[in-house]
Amino acid sequence: MAKAARELAPLAPIVVAQARSEFLRLIRVPAFSVPSIIFPIMFYALFGLPFAHAMVEGVSVAAYALASFGAYSVISVALFSFGITVANDRGEKTTVLMRATPLPPIAYLAGKVIATLAFAAIALGSLLAFGAIAGGVHLSVAAWLTLGARLLVGVFPFITLGFAVGYLAGPTSAIAILQLINLPMSFASGLFVPLPELPGWAGKIAPFLPAYHFGQLAWATMGTPTESIGVSTLWLIGFTILFLIVAIRAYYREETKTFG
Amino acid sequence: METVVEVERASKRFGATLALDRVDLRLSRGEVVALLGPNGAGKTTLVSLVLGLRKANEGTTRTFGMDPRDRRARSRTGVMLQGSGLPNFLRVGEVVDLFRSYYPHPIERAKALEIAGLADKASAMLVTLSGGQLQRLYFALAICGDPEALFLDEPTVGLDVEARRAFWTHLRAFVAGGRTLLLTTHYLEEADAIADRIVVINAGRIVADASPAALKSSVRNKRVSFETDGSLDVQGLPIVRVISSGPRVDVLTDEPEALLRALFARGSSIRNLEVAGATLEEAVVGLTAGGA
Repeated sequence: MAKAARELAPLAPIVVAQARSEFLRLIRVPAFSVPSIIFPIMFYALFGLPFAHAMVEGVSVAAYALASFGAYSVISVALFSFGITVANDRGEKTTVLMRATPLPPIAYLAGKVIATLAFAAIALGSLLAFGAIAGGVHLSVAAWLTLGARLLVGVFPFITLGFAVGYLAGPTSAIAILQLINLPMSFASGLFVPLPELPGWAGKIAPFLPAYHFGQLAWATMGTPTESIGVSTLWLIGFTILFLIVAIRAYYREETKTFG
Repeated sequence: METVVEVERASKRFGATLALDRVDLRLSRGEVVALLGPNGAGKTTLVSLVLGLRKANEGTTRTFGMDPRDRRARSRTGVMLQGSGLPNFLRVGEVVDLFRSYYPHPIERAKALEIAGLADKASAMLVTLSGGQLQRLYFALAICGDPEALFLDEPTVGLDVEARRAFWTHLRAFVAGGRTLLLTTHYLEEADAIADRIVVINAGRIVADASPAALKSSVRNKRVSFETDGSLDVQGLPIVRVISSGPRVDVLTDEPEALLRALFARGSSIRNLEVAGATLEEAVVGLTAGGA
């Protein structure tokens, strides 16, 4: 047979093509791209800048809040980019069409992860630039890079959580459910208002929330963590696995229903 | 001749419903086969088995001699499904490039768009496409991997007459090069025009499998219509199917002479009698009514 030379398309170009498409569909939907980039900057301007020179946990509010809203920004991108696109792909039956092609499922997932990281990098970079200019936050190049790298590497619990919600919720309810998770979780974890200034209940539940441990990664770059990086990392790995199990169960439930 | 699709005694149940009942289907390379049948007959279920989108409860399905879910088998096929969507905010050319990346031997993007009649739409956002253009895009996606076999489930559903005609022109040109095609459709006259084999399925069973010409001649159904007073009691009459029983009665029969004799013997008053040969559509109706 003439076509026996190559039976499968190479994986890397498929992943690149998937990531590109996922990124384009994110950036072209204003309902996603505008809040993802603008809200963290707006929140920082409203809740952080007015108290820029006050001190919290030994650093200026300008720096502390920049770390907090940096964490919030990455969490939001991860939850929404995964949750909404997965829910849409299911609702529109894009998943069924893709399933009938030679697209490997791993390339579909890898494309989404890469697009999410790229988008999170843009949202986070915009916020950090705003903080450096408007908030007068000065860090060494190494410290900026560490902050960015930790938040991007630590994002996986929110990717798996978004994936789980995307598989459990319908395309219209996914946004609402994700927002109902994102806002209270971020608030109670001290991302909007520093934990010492929140009512006592927040301090009690925060250690059980992934956003709290994620925030620690960011605060640590400003020199104000309340737990060691190792402990935060373990919590985040635990949440990643927990949400992954929920996501995989939801995935197989759908699998039996749609492809059984 | 190489076997492209081989379905052997495949049964598929959804809860208490038996969607496919021991179906056999074999497609050789280069065959153009139309799968016909009423809604709910099992056409889409059968295509899902062939595509590996669903698993048969019993029986086997192979594509190019492989499990249909094998990526190597899928790399040699192109598909159009019913009601599957794509992200709205991508451009036509971007989606075609995305799908081209899935296949080991894709054709050029411009070529795929040209075959599908979308040459001037490469930069159009999906959300701006009409139903006909969207359907042509799905066709471009089905062919962009230069498939040896095409599986199209109701490819022209929802298209107006002109868009349908344009679609069939593109499709006919594409399969003329010796590709294998399996399609499901409601438009019998078009199946007649494109397919060299028609498989009729009803209530999960294959009830006929023949060339369009053989199918027509094998069914001797005639269409008999007339006006009558009072209602027609079909009990005991040689009727295959009642199409309408209003003041004007319209029935299919395989024994028109016997039917008329029986009607006259009953003393029914009959006016404006017409007897006509069955069209392909009526032939198929006659076949699918057999089991009902």
